[in-house]
Amino acid sequence: MFGLNKKDTSLLIIVGLLTLLAPFILNPFPEGSAMAQFNAGYPDLMQRFVIFGIFAIGFNILFGLTGYLSFGHAAFLGVGSYSAVWMFKLLSYNIIPAIALSVVVAGVFSLLIGYVSLRRSGIYFSILTLAFAQMSFALAYSVLSNPKFNLTNGETGLQVYADDPQILQGANSPDLPHLFGLPMRATYTMDVGAWSFDFNAGYYFCAIVMMVVFYLSIRIFRSPFGMMLRAVKSNQQRMNYTGLNSKPYTLAAFVISGMYAGLAGGLMAAMDPLAGAERMQWTASGEVVLMTILGGTGTLIGPVLGAGFIKYFENIFSKINDSVLHSWFAFLPDGLEDAVVFVIHPFIGKGWHLTLGILFMLVVIYLPGGLVEGGQRLLNRIKRKKPKTDDATSGKTEPAE
Amino acid sequence: MDAILLQILNGLDKGSAYALIALGLTLIFGTLGVVNFAHGALFMIGAFCAVTLQKLMNLSFETIDESQTDFLGNPLKVETPYVEAWFGPETGATIIDWSVPLAILFAIPIMLAVGYVMERGLIKHFYKRPHADQILVTFGLAIVLQEIVKYFFGANPIQTPAPDALSGSIDLGTMIGFDPNAIIYPIWRLVYFGFAVAIIGAVFSFLQFTTFGMVVRAGMADRETVGLLGINIDRRFTIMFGIAAAVAGLAGVMYGPLNPPNYHMGMDFLVLSFVVVVVGGMGSLPGAVLAGFLLGILESFASTTWATTTIPGINQIIIYLVAIIVLLTRPRGLMGRKGVMEE
Amino acid sequence: MAILKVKDVSKRFGGLKALTNVNLDVEENSVHAIIGPNGAGKSTLLNCLVGKLMPDTGAVLFDNASVLGLEPFQINQMGISRVFQTPEIFGELTVIENMLIPIFAMRDGVFRMHAYETIANEKAIVEQAEAMLEEMNMADKREMHAASLSRGDKRRLEIGMCLSQNPRLLLLDEPTAGMARADTNNTIDLLKQIKDERDITIAIIEHDMHVVFSLAERITVLAQGTPLVEDTPENIRGNPKVREAYLGEAA
Repeated sequence: MFGLNKKDTSLLIIVGLLTLLAPFILNPFPEGSAMAQFNAGYPDLMQRFVIFGIFAIGFNILFGLTGYLSFGHAAFLGVGSYSAVWMFKLLSYNIIPAIALSVVVAGVFSLLIGYVSLRRSGIYFSILTLAFAQMSFALAYSVLSNPKFNLTNGETGLQVYADDPQILQGANSPDLPHLFGLPMRATYTMDVGAWSFDFNAGYYFCAIVMMVVFYLSIRIFRSPFGMMLRAVKSNQQRMNYTGLNSKPYTLAAFVISGMYAGLAGGLMAAMDPLAGAERMQWTASGEVVLMTILGGTGTLIGPVLGAGFIKYFENIFSKINDSVLHSWFAFLPDGLEDAVVFVIHPFIGKGWHLTLGILFMLVVIYLPGGLVEGGQRLLNRIKRKKPKTDDATSGKTEPAE
Repeated sequence: MDAILLQILNGLDKGSAYALIALGLTLIFGTLGVVNFAHGALFMIGAFCAVTLQKLMNLSFETIDESQTDFLGNPLKVETPYVEAWFGPETGATIIDWSVPLAILFAIPIMLAVGYVMERGLIKHFYKRPHADQILVTFGLAIVLQEIVKYFFGANPIQTPAPDALSGSIDLGTMIGFDPNAIIYPIWRLVYFGFAVAIIGAVFSFLQFTTFGMVVRAGMADRETVGLLGINIDRRFTIMFGIAAAVAGLAGVMYGPLNPPNYHMGMDFLVLSFVVVVVGGMGSLPGAVLAGFLLGILESFASTTWATTTIPGINQIIIYLVAIIVLLTRPRGLMGRKGVMEE
Repeated sequence: MAILKVKDVSKRFGGLKALTNVNLDVEENSVHAIIGPNGAGKSTLLNCLVGKLMPDTGAVLFDNASVLGLEPFQINQMGISRVFQTPEIFGELTVIENMLIPIFAMRDGVFRMHAYETIANEKAIVEQAEAMLEEMNMADKREMHAASLSRGDKRRLEIGMCLSQNPRLLLLDEPTAGMARADTNNTIDLLKQIKDERDITIAIIEHDMHVVFSLAERITVLAQGTPLVEDTPENIRGNPKVREAYLGEAA
């Protein structure tokens, strides 16, 4: 179906079902129950799942296929957000032109940065992209927010004000981002017994966009072009002597992934019409690297898993505090209970980044193929089969080196 | 003329920090072939060594002074630091006052140990893995170290003042024949610069004049051949990692009085130090030092009112701009050698 | 007709003269070997032919068009394929993918954004690649990762990848270096078969005299960066100058 083979089609369908049914799947616990804090089915978080999923899928096209490690992709995300908010300010709150402009501007921006950065490879490339991203951050944060030429509104962040032109804003259209009149914040809440499920317009819009770009990424992975990108990673010398110019291939991958990032940035602004410079900081670039690696570099589904995993646990871990821990370990003797809580305490709440850092190191050290590889190993162990020497399985290509 | 000199001087303190961090980064590149994204964290740990020592110095016990009363008329509680009790009030107070310079002694063994553990425990396993993996695992480590420090010391910057005798400013201009008040310069910046020069000198003479250093330099140039001579380079490289960690740590210890340490200062300096290393030329020690000072000074010139009114915010991006131009015109950096870190 | 003409090519590295006034004609559909002792400039010459090095003076003409200053991929597109001393293949890709890439490169040129097509739909190309695997006796290794092949199979794969582009000139850089005798003989047989079955010119740089005399129709002896003599294998065998170059004055 859709020009995909059987395995890829089923992968696409599974991902499609999971995303569409996410409001149910992510809210397994009844409202008001002790476990309700583990529910993740509220619009804001679900939107983040898919938006960062898009970001990571795009990043994976560059890093997973060509092996070029960019440490500056957050810049494209930020540029996308700014573009979208400008469209809100100038035209109207309709998200379609806003998102279209995000993708285009991020594409142009990544073409420029990519053209320069790709003149070098390896570690130089990583540092060049890092330098560009930090420069963009500095530009957005201070340089382009002076009274003479205020493009980014600096620290406050770019937002829509009442005196903005909004020339296409109709009298009756909603005063917040909308899709031809359907506000992105519109949420229908369905109550079933003790459970409550939120169906949010913004989430479904993002989810559909993600399905489309996920499908496109499968096409790219399976195309001759995708094979050429893997050839870039494998042996550039041979590629050159085979009559192929690796530069435009890598640049194309860079621009595609930049456009994915711009799309993610545009969607972010479409969900919440605000764009700030901190979105462009290099730690934000590090985060998408993290998602991709954690999920499984170079695999189709890995980046989506990684993004979901990190965003979910970021949310959950941040909410757990000492009193929650005490209630969990109340069955232990008092002294032991305190000791356990004391040990876990640094890793929860504000300590989420510590957990994340440790997790990241463990994955790089022990599980370079990420969650996807981990899952496959587990499956193999359960099936008590020897690991397949060659995996043409489940949309997996090569784990990154 | 004096304005130019003032800007050069203003660039020296940041330049010194860049140079010291970049020097350590380059040592690690050159010897171990590892791209260490956790090097900024070592700088930060150094700074927190000073914070820790300062806290230790100020540990005190409470006594009740019957002769004085507080505003409620109760006998006054007096906090006396142990140091003052042991060494007498005056010596004790001096020791507390000088806690930042004293932290150098405190930091050296700690940093060497941290470097040693890091190399043996983690980096060692990544020699044969791709640079991307090295970047990623050290990036993870940097986050972990940073978060640990945040857990213990909080997110806010902590003041670590310079000793009274070395704080304040001096009129440097009059000393070299300019008008009075033309060049007023904080003493601690001079101290920091002198300290950086001393450290850099020490590292270079260590590499230049000791047998150990000769072997390390030979190993940087051609690892295989030196290995074939039956010399155990790995052990020496481990020690070099410790030294690089100590250099970064000491740079951090002394940086506290210039800018109160916070947990993410390492990351902030790391990005710039990488840029410095690349501009200087990957694998070139003199290049790293030169580029560190040059970029520090350049940044200071870009921060003048004249520059920032001409191009707003130029001080924020000048280093990156220079780096990009250098990399595109001289891909090996100012003093880079052929074949270093080029796959 | 000479398909490859090297005219007065010189190349210096600092003070070292690597090549001095090299003149060389490789006739179409012949097997031409370039031999010489270590340091004779064989590899430098080869690198000047494929765009990796730029000679200081002289000209290199392929089919009467200059190749100087062109990138390796442009030279390849003109019809020159190169086999490396240690096999250069796409280790992380499967054997069939290794074979597909050069065929795509022939059809689509140096770059094409075929990002929305599917490899399986490119039936003609897949068939061509499979036929080539068949010819190389590697059809059973279709789905293996190239990196896990044996040394001899890697060599076969690389030669197959070059042949799949139907090059007019195949350059071989010490194709049997470091191989066991059996693998060497297999490679010789393979090359003989290629020579007999195809309209192809082969230029081979080799150290191993056994390989050279089994294959070559013309031999150029290079010594100290300049051609010493060019002749048929029979005449080279008895030439005292060649002996001297190889064995030194003691001979």
